[in-house]
Amino acid sequence: MASLKDLRNRIASVKATQKITKAMQMVAAAKLRRAEQAAAAARPYAERMERVLSNLAAGMKGSPLAPRLLAGTGSDKRHLLVVITADRGLAGGFNSSIARLAREHARRLLADGKEVQFLCVGRKGADILKRQFPGKIDDVISLREVKRLGFSTAQDIAERVFDLFAEDKFDVATMFYSKFKSVVSQIPTAQQIVPADIPEGDETEDLLKGAVYEYEPSEEDILEDLLPRNVAIQILKALLENAASEQGARMSAMDNATRNAGEMIKKLSLDYNRTRQAQITKELIEIISGAEAL
Amino acid sequence: MDTFQFELVSPEKLLISEEVQHVVVPGVEGEFGVLAHHAPLLSTLKPGVVKVYKTEGGEPERLFVQGGFADVNPKGLTILADAAVPMSEFDVASLDQAIKDAEDDLSDAEGDKAKLRAQEKLDQLRQFRLAVS
Repeated sequence: MASLKDLRNRIASVKATQKITKAMQMVAAAKLRRAEQAAAAARPYAERMERVLSNLAAGMKGSPLAPRLLAGTGSDKRHLLVVITADRGLAGGFNSSIARLAREHARRLLADGKEVQFLCVGRKGADILKRQFPGKIDDVISLREVKRLGFSTAQDIAERVFDLFAEDKFDVATMFYSKFKSVVSQIPTAQQIVPADIPEGDETEDLLKGAVYEYEPSEEDILEDLLPRNVAIQILKALLENAASEQGARMSAMDNATRNAGEMIKKLSLDYNRTRQAQITKELIEIISGAEAL
Repeated sequence: MDTFQFELVSPEKLLISEEVQHVVVPGVEGEFGVLAHHAPLLSTLKPGVVKVYKTEGGEPERLFVQGGFADVNPKGLTILADAAVPMSEFDVASLDQAIKDAEDDLSDAEGDKAKLRAQEKLDQLRQFRLAVS
């Protein structure tokens, strides 16, 4: 049986923990709102870009003039997995669920006899993957120093991917991030970024029936400019979705932690009071039986 | 006069989405005006000013864009800008910063094609810098 002092100490420590988790929850809630807004603001550009690109790419697919970013290298032997996670932990299953998806994907590729390497954005994903795939981590980009996620952040990351591509280090790049659905639900997602995976919209085809586009400058020039930009945009979208997901996951994780701490305090206080009462009763009995003996 | 749907988006937000009459776009091969029922066109932009006329003969709304794309389709005009600010919030310091970035890009560029591209971008920015000062 724990002594009264032990119980008092434990209650105090759980209370202190609860204060921290509660504060983290509130901070995450405030950050979430901002991250959600940023993610929503970036959506229109990505959508328009996709529409323009699918118009353009439909005509270029299979053409020998198609840039390598669209056509690929003609092989799918070497894969680059761009794993985007957070730099901080304590966000529930946020980091590990993204890492798990990437790991499963990598295992599948390895089983098929392909080669994989990782480019980690955010330290947490790198920490998890380092143990399972030693020597396969190409680089880790930390976003710690970045105050506000913007287009230039995404461009820097895209730049790294292009450098690797230009050095002919991989054939296919896939990016892993967490799509923000709601505070309680974030969906780990895989998206192929190189070669560009362009959805063929039905709407655009209808729209363009009988209309012939003019290009200024040439079609190839525009496409060559547009494709790298598209990759950067997709990365930006992933970063912003991820930021919102991270805060959402942290918020619900910290909410749970705060509730659990509350329950623990209740249980410990009950124990504490019982022990205290038992001690008083024991002392009374000792006094009474002492008096009777006289 | 007929109007058409005009959208101006930068990677970080949607700046304009409304019905307008006339837009002047700084295309890479020269400025061009877009009215309703314009033929489908896809053009890259150079740094410059987009002028938006909501009504006939009215004062245009002026925005500075740092390059990007314009997509004219039967539904309207969409400009995908790298960065866009209303002229009222525009300052020369940010333009100088952009020129400096472009200079860095040029010195970092490898390969003839990338160099050419960076040089072009820098020239366009310098040209625009001269035009505003």
